[in-house]
Amino acid sequence: MDMISAVRENASPRARMGLRGIWQSPLRRREAMWGYAFISPWMIGFFLFYALPIVVSFGFTLFRFELSNPDGAEFVGLANWQRMLFNDPTVWESLFVTFKFALISLPIGLIMAFLLAVLLNSASLAGRNVMRTLFYAPTMVPAIAGILIWSQVLNPSTGWLNRGIEGITGLDVTGPNGIRWLDDPATVYIAYTLIGIWGIGNAIIINLAALQNVPTDLYDSAQIDGAGWWRRMYNITLPMISPVIFYNLVLSTIGLMQYFIVPFVLNGGSGFPEGTTNFYMIYFFKQAFTFTNMGYGATLAWLMFIIALLITIFLFGTARYWVYYSGERRDE
Amino acid sequence: MTSAARTDQIAEAKRQDINAWKIARQRRSILNRMAITTLAVILLSIYLMPLIYGITTSVKTDEQASTANAPILPADPRIFEWEGEEYDVFVVPTEEGISELALVNRGRQSSEFIDPANPEAGLITWEGSWRTLEPAWESAIHLENYPRAWNTIDFPRLLFNTLGYALVTMIGAVGASAFVAYGFARFRFPFKNLLFILLMSTIILPPQVTLVPTYAFFVTTLDWGGTWLPLIVPAMFGNAYNVFLLRQYFMTIPREMEEAATIDGAGPFGAFIRVILPQAIPALTAVSLFHFFFAWNDFFGPLIYLAGNRAAQPISVGLQEFNGLYNSEPQLILAASIITMILPLAIFFMAQRVFIQGIVITGVDK
Repeated sequence: MDMISAVRENASPRARMGLRGIWQSPLRRREAMWGYAFISPWMIGFFLFYALPIVVSFGFTLFRFELSNPDGAEFVGLANWQRMLFNDPTVWESLFVTFKFALISLPIGLIMAFLLAVLLNSASLAGRNVMRTLFYAPTMVPAIAGILIWSQVLNPSTGWLNRGIEGITGLDVTGPNGIRWLDDPATVYIAYTLIGIWGIGNAIIINLAALQNVPTDLYDSAQIDGAGWWRRMYNITLPMISPVIFYNLVLSTIGLMQYFIVPFVLNGGSGFPEGTTNFYMIYFFKQAFTFTNMGYGATLAWLMFIIALLITIFLFGTARYWVYYSGERRDE
Repeated sequence: MTSAARTDQIAEAKRQDINAWKIARQRRSILNRMAITTLAVILLSIYLMPLIYGITTSVKTDEQASTANAPILPADPRIFEWEGEEYDVFVVPTEEGISELALVNRGRQSSEFIDPANPEAGLITWEGSWRTLEPAWESAIHLENYPRAWNTIDFPRLLFNTLGYALVTMIGAVGASAFVAYGFARFRFPFKNLLFILLMSTIILPPQVTLVPTYAFFVTTLDWGGTWLPLIVPAMFGNAYNVFLLRQYFMTIPREMEEAATIDGAGPFGAFIRVILPQAIPALTAVSLFHFFFAWNDFFGPLIYLAGNRAAQPISVGLQEFNGLYNSEPQLILAASIITMILPLAIFFMAQRVFIQGIVITGVDK
């Protein structure tokens, strides 16, 4: 409720008894009591597993606390923060790796999901329902199984990707000088992005549903005005489904900051090749759970939290310039 | 020519024009249809290629799976039995063209072969080094990789652990989420909007920030390391995705139905159990499936909490460990991967409509 309507509400005779007064009516009180009763599981869970741990987690950052030696915990003030920000180059290297990969993989994933949704929404596509199911199916493949299959497909000499490239172009890419997708710093992000493409099913479905919700009369009138396919795409489709693109963008960004399973399964978090897969989450995992360094681990987690918060605020800040909500009244 | 005849002529010409235009349009739409469908089929085959690769490679021998120029489809090196001995068959370029011959006597400069199609002809001498020859293959499917992978990875144990985890947390998470969702869908109470925003913001909260103290608490204070409890207990309080989806669905159920139940003497709890839950079966199914797939896939939680207790491992962690141990036998790893995906894929194909509807609600309504 914005300020003006709140004031107005208070001025009206019905609400003269004030906000508190409403809840003094026995019926309303009973209703509120039932409401709280129903949401109580979540409130307890929120307190125990979100609110409390966030606060305690910040407390941890002020301690040197190793799980292997819990009694040796020691208050160190901001020493963990100082180490993280100024004396630990791995933090910045792993952040750089994470952002670099996100910048490659995020646009490719979002654009692929959008284009596939447009294709699957086309009235000219025969067998649309079967196609949709089949395009979604890889998303159902458990992550580890998918990664293991892809790592074989990307095998330089026996994998189908290189053999396919060789068959089509005639270049010798399966030999010792061929493309070593997962072993070459130049190609490893592309390879990881390919693996990630198998996970875009949800984004496709959401895009597709949004495309189906665009009112057809918008297209009809645009066609009468002589707008071609590209113009309709740019001036109608994209603005109309921008909320869904925004939703996918926010969720993928948060997900990519926590990128972990692929590098962990493929090379055990060793950073191979040449540290290019030493993602932030891998480093966090090592500090917190391999070295059981709870104090420093919590500090790394807090940095991730702050960065994720800043990025989310930034994304929501940009949203007003490009995300269009059709129910919304434009401010004059 | 009378003016009436003239009008007829014009009308006729117009009709012909319209017909020609209709035919052209039809033709164009058929072409369009063919082009777009072909494009989709090509993209789909590229997209599904790894799956096909996984299936075909899972029935190869390890020799074929790790040989660079082996045939793409499952096959064995061809062997010819002659006079009680087994000989490898090679692809040999001869004067009559390329033929598949069995190598009998290996020599540095020249070797002796026998033609499996015509062994009576006797030995054929071929000049050149046999080491330069490619082996001949004949198609063969090695289904035995599946039982081998099944036993090596101890699949029944992994399946039991994973199913137990998935089903227990599914019932808890979906039940709790339905409760919470009903509270948000139907009742008015102070700070409701604020609480709902808090609930939804947990979706974009990076889980690491709560993980370290939670882990320390579960593992040191409660001594729950190596058990499933740290993964099961937090699931019993519901989660934002499920609550959101169920709330959206509950809001579409007409209030009159609950009012009727209230008149019959049911309280809010009774109305929830007797009216809302039966009405919301599609949404509850979708949420249950989401949770089931999430649990089937869950990797990070089991990885950190079950470390050191192999007997409790779920499929995801077991498969990852298997990959480390059997690196040199890709066909076994692929067979194990395929075993892992059969159940989720089968459930998805059976329940895809309600499942996809659920994704749409969580994604588009927000």
